[in-house]
Amino acid sequence: MEDQTKFKLQVKAIYRLLLGIFGLFAIAAFTILVILLNPNMLKKSNSQIEEIAVEYTAVPSEEDFDKIENGIHVRTGLVDAEGLMTVVNNCTNCHSAKLVTQNKMNKERWISTIRWMQETQNLWDLGPNEDIIINYLVTNYPPTKKGRRENLKNIEWYTLN
Amino acid sequence: MKRRNFVTRTALGSLSLLIGAEVVFADTMPKGYRPLAIQDPDPFKMFNKDKGMEVLNDKPWNIEAKAHLLDDKITPNSSMFIRNNGLIPENIDASTWTLTIDGESANESKTYSLAELKTKFRQYTYQLTLECGGNGRSEFDPPAKGNQWTVGAVSCANWTGIRLRDVLEDVGIKSDAVYIGYHAADVHLSRDPQKEPISRGAPMPKAMQDETLIAFKMNGKDIPLAHGYPLRLVAGGWPASVSGKWLTRISVRNIVHDGTKMTGTAYRVPCNPVAPGEKVKDEDMCIIESMPVKSLITYPKTGATIKEGKSLNIRGHAWAGELEVSKMEYSIDFGSTWSDCDLEQPTNRLAWQHFSANVDFPKKGYYEVWARAMDSQGISQPMLLPGWNPKGYLNNACHRIAIKVV
Repeated sequence: MEDQTKFKLQVKAIYRLLLGIFGLFAIAAFTILVILLNPNMLKKSNSQIEEIAVEYTAVPSEEDFDKIENGIHVRTGLVDAEGLMTVVNNCTNCHSAKLVTQNKMNKERWISTIRWMQETQNLWDLGPNEDIIINYLVTNYPPTKKGRRENLKNIEWYTLN
Repeated sequence: MKRRNFVTRTALGSLSLLIGAEVVFADTMPKGYRPLAIQDPDPFKMFNKDKGMEVLNDKPWNIEAKAHLLDDKITPNSSMFIRNNGLIPENIDASTWTLTIDGESANESKTYSLAELKTKFRQYTYQLTLECGGNGRSEFDPPAKGNQWTVGAVSCANWTGIRLRDVLEDVGIKSDAVYIGYHAADVHLSRDPQKEPISRGAPMPKAMQDETLIAFKMNGKDIPLAHGYPLRLVAGGWPASVSGKWLTRISVRNIVHDGTKMTGTAYRVPCNPVAPGEKVKDEDMCIIESMPVKSLITYPKTGATIKEGKSLNIRGHAWAGELEVSKMEYSIDFGSTWSDCDLEQPTNRLAWQHFSANVDFPKKGYYEVWARAMDSQGISQPMLLPGWNPKGYLNNACHRIAIKVV
């Protein structure tokens, strides 16, 4: 009887010790990770300001999670217009918003794209949101006429010696 | 620097505790790659890509090169395009990786370990052109949906591996075999384990070619994660989607493989030509096989301003799917006159060919240098967009760069 109680106490002590060690280890690992992911955290360098600026635009902090800048929803790159958040909430779970912003289609083709995603890609029934989404897409991402060959554009001129 | 690497390795080791699973291969994980659980948002670091690459899509990752980044004769990883249909597999362990050959037309179902594949079969290295079927999609009118590739979804790296034919012959193939279909470890965007992001393949004659490899090396090193580590099917000259990444299984089929993105309209074009915007029924769409003749001017970068009287050296690569390029020309007057370029022989079949020329400009002004390749059957690249198709594939219109003479 006494042996058993003693044994139980020993087990408890070991359990607490292990818990403590594991806790310390987890904290240490977490700290190392944080430092690794932000290698300049402990350093002061000229590039620090620039890098931090980049980090802020790429990963907005919690309070401005849905920040709009120059008419663009920063987190997704989608145009700020009627229906924006419905599109964000329904169309950026599986794929990137970049798949929306780089495509330009008319109403019929946006609808058929949604049907294709519903039939093959596990997209849910959009219900009353469907009209809001389609209206947003055709208003903000309509096709542009390109003809059989466009002019070369966005040329960055430089001197070649 | 070394110390930091050591810390990285140690921390990645400890990381396994945090995410509750072992990060197998933490040591050989590509430099800069972090597992998805703590994924670095910088794809250029994560995949070791040139900063000049263009990210078209980040879920799934689709990244393309620009013409001038493809100047190397053998494409390095840094400028190789990424085309993913699903999510990159996590926790890859090459030491337990296997490849299974099965299917209605295989004599048996047989599984090989990676080590077995490497030792049992003779290894070959070929330089192989891989171009996305949708390269150039962005130019079509009416536009086609999907990633809007411009010109940079093409590469020509050295691939080392074993012949698919040797493995198929080791298993034994029935006489009714018509197609092989691959299966891989990537994850569907919806994370539905029942769905495969992509499972394409090739008809038996393509599967049995000398150059069709089950590859485990790219440019002499382990294949980078984003390009299919540790095992990839490589079938040069055909849409790059035939070259399945993260390969786990090959089924020998007695029908045309019906995996994901083999059916419907995926990687298919109208069997008969259609007018722009015309509706095409699924049954009237035919699978793309060999890619068409095409070329890229990789030097100089578009936008060069040069002094009057100075001649300009241009260079680039040309390829023609299953065929060879027989002639390469350039024009500085929008196709009114053409001049020959010097054209090299390919290193091996299905490798791109290098061309160069010395261009003189008659007077000051704005010019476009156009490049046009012709294949061994006398077919040339069009100057305008080729036949419109609903999914925007096979745009091989001639490449153009802008030059100003001042």
